[in-house]
Amino acid sequence: MTTTERAVGSDVRRIDGPDKVRGRVPYAYEHELGAQSVFVAIVQSPVARGRVTSIDASAAEAVPGVLAVLTHENAPRLGDVAEEILVLQSPVVQYAGEPVAVVVAETSEVARDAVGRVRVDYESADPDVVLSVDRDDLYPPEQLMAGFETDSVIGDVDAALAEAPVTVDVVYETPNQHNNPIEMHATVARWDGDVLRMWDANQGPHNLVPVITEAFGITEDQLHITSPYVGGAFGSKAYTHVHQLLAGMAAKVTGRTVKLELTRQQMFSLVGHRTPTIQRLRLGARPDGTLTAISHEVVEHTSQNAEFAEQTATATRLMYSAPARRTTHRLAKLDVPAPTIMRAPGEAPGMYALESAMDELAAELGMDPVELRLRNEPDRDPERDVPWSTRNLVACLTQGAERFGWAGRDHRPGVREDGRWLVGTGVAAATYPTRRRPSQARIEAVAGKPYVVSIDASDIGTGAWTTLTQIAADALGVPMDQVRLRIGDSRLPQASGAGGSTGITSWGPAIMAAAQELHDRFGGQVPADGVTVTGSSGPGDEAEQLSSHAFGAHFAEVRVDRDTGEVRVPRMTGVFAVGRVINTVTARSQLLGGMTMGLSMALHEESVLDERRGHYANHDLAEYHIAANADVGEVDIAWVDEVDDAHNPLGAKGIGEIGIVGSAAAIGNAYWHATGRRVRDLPITPDKWFR
Amino acid sequence: MDHQITLQVDGERSALTVDTRTSLLDALRERLGTTSAKKGCDHGQCGACTVLLDGRRVNSCLVLAVTAEDQEVTTSDGLAADGPHALHEAFVDHDAYQCGYCTPGQITSAAGVLAEAAQGWPSAVTEDLTAERTELTDAEIRERMSGNLCRCAAYANIVPAVADVAAAQGVRA
Repeated sequence: MTTTERAVGSDVRRIDGPDKVRGRVPYAYEHELGAQSVFVAIVQSPVARGRVTSIDASAAEAVPGVLAVLTHENAPRLGDVAEEILVLQSPVVQYAGEPVAVVVAETSEVARDAVGRVRVDYESADPDVVLSVDRDDLYPPEQLMAGFETDSVIGDVDAALAEAPVTVDVVYETPNQHNNPIEMHATVARWDGDVLRMWDANQGPHNLVPVITEAFGITEDQLHITSPYVGGAFGSKAYTHVHQLLAGMAAKVTGRTVKLELTRQQMFSLVGHRTPTIQRLRLGARPDGTLTAISHEVVEHTSQNAEFAEQTATATRLMYSAPARRTTHRLAKLDVPAPTIMRAPGEAPGMYALESAMDELAAELGMDPVELRLRNEPDRDPERDVPWSTRNLVACLTQGAERFGWAGRDHRPGVREDGRWLVGTGVAAATYPTRRRPSQARIEAVAGKPYVVSIDASDIGTGAWTTLTQIAADALGVPMDQVRLRIGDSRLPQASGAGGSTGITSWGPAIMAAAQELHDRFGGQVPADGVTVTGSSGPGDEAEQLSSHAFGAHFAEVRVDRDTGEVRVPRMTGVFAVGRVINTVTARSQLLGGMTMGLSMALHEESVLDERRGHYANHDLAEYHIAANADVGEVDIAWVDEVDDAHNPLGAKGIGEIGIVGSAAAIGNAYWHATGRRVRDLPITPDKWFR
Repeated sequence: MDHQITLQVDGERSALTVDTRTSLLDALRERLGTTSAKKGCDHGQCGACTVLLDGRRVNSCLVLAVTAEDQEVTTSDGLAADGPHALHEAFVDHDAYQCGYCTPGQITSAAGVLAEAAQGWPSAVTEDLTAERTELTDAEIRERMSGNLCRCAAYANIVPAVADVAAAQGVRA
């Protein structure tokens, strides 16, 4: 073996970059280009609550080029899969936009034309889609997503709040949001005999295998899903949605290779969304800023057909010391599509509220909001009473303050003007759990040839093609060009999906374990006729013995136009404690992307539900605003020197979500500092300046 | 209604049959098997399908294929006919992308921006509309590239990538 400079920790550029920039790597819809593919288009219900009373597909079927129209009356029966994806199995409609038929046709134009010719009659009732804290049907779910307890209570919170000399009692609202990756969800499907072949946009083919095999009554050997390149996901591509099943059904009925690409509009109802939240924050403190009580009560929604209980207040359980503390979550079951995970589910909306409330408390106390956070730094996890594997929030806050130029800030709001512009600065902390999941990897070694490293990992833009190659190269002791990585295929060794910022902590150690196996059995000598080894990795007892999280601190400058209410963010600084950084270039890009999506959350994003009809009124990219290039100014990003090898042998923490956590609060806090006004319902759009 | 047309894409002429309703984007993706122009919205809202049509940037989802017959269509891949374009290298070097899906559209759009600047076209943020020379400042690049959405939000890397090439081409100091 050649000794080499370590690849991990370097700034090597993406290995798939030269092909990506030219548009030469295939995303889901771009597979099977030469095949005689046919196209699927979806007929959606305009009714949010009701049932289909009759369907007349004759006019659609008469259009030349139409091969089939599938409805609940003639579609293949699906196995026992979750209710929210049991598509075309009954006449019942549970949300606006639910598929009630699909058309399969020789061209995409004919398919979409025929969709408009399928006549569907409905029986409907007024939908119930408005979330409110006054509803009498709010209920506690049995547990939250990821297995968190619904509520947590330590001490007598109400008494502590009543006794506290300084208190804050405020309500924040975060809106419905949609993931909106730029690659629209797409599936290409074909039945090769009794084997279902799929090319699909997802966050890990193995995530889909149990659901799709159950839906079609096939074994794992009869399903092959390929997903080598994915055009963004942010959670919406983590789970199986209806379109993958519709593609499989359409392929089965027609015997053809079918292509199903959702429209942008359909992505607002068919692939999930972030639940809106209403969050009441109560903080009690002594005059010196020491917290005595923290209460965080969350109301959010789920759908009639699924219980999705977002863990919105769980970050509040670990951020700050306080003897009395309480978090609660209550759900309303509404006539909406099923919510799903969206980048930092729980932490993104929850930390917006907590970190905004901390800023309000600092203002009440007349304290520096950085100092308030430093004063309440816990030396152990305050609810689980276990040590941190690493924390370093203090380092993030102090280094961030230094980089941003926080020292000497005049903490009074609404006193800085620059022409028409009111100017302010804000700070917020960030956290995101560090976890790992079971994963396996395989290494094939043949003397004189590059190593082939296989793992069903997924690169949704994270840089996994590059970072896993770096990790493998170092583990094998060879330069990166001696590694051929294979990912994104259900026939490769099973690995966890790309989600929950667990990719690198799960996949990296599995590759390292396989390399170790090779080393242990053969030393530096690969047998001439070649050898294949496997390795696996997964959670150990660190999850019980330690509290492991990434941390960070955001600083933002905000300018508000006093005449128009326009909000600009000329600069942001983020400093993060994320363990070992595998690739300094792709890591910075992930943090940049998260921070910018936080800016987008703060100022732009809101899916507006039509309260009468229950559909998303602004269901496209002209009306659902995401940050564009001109919305973003200077973004300064750094990380503290940290290796978390108590958590995993790579010493890394997840990095994909921490950037969005807290950034909206920093911007909201800076808006207050600029104007003296609190906007407690995101997004902070110009109209809110005038109310 | 089907119609026979000939398209000139990235220097190559192809005869194909399209529906009169077929967009240039769908002709590229579904008829010609081109993967460089991407669909992100099909409504001219995201810019992922940006191509150059006789050198000017357009959203190919808003162009009917039958109207593009006598024009030269250039995708990001077509910019690399003589090896990687300077924009390709700058995007890789600055990591001006993550998932890569909007990227070919960003690059054709940036090529359009450079050409527009070379011809002295002002933008909504140009202070002096009578200036003879257009200077692609960071603010000009941000404005002119705002028709191309990037959900991975690589904007703060796209700006220096375009700026490098602008400087090399003499439209930025």
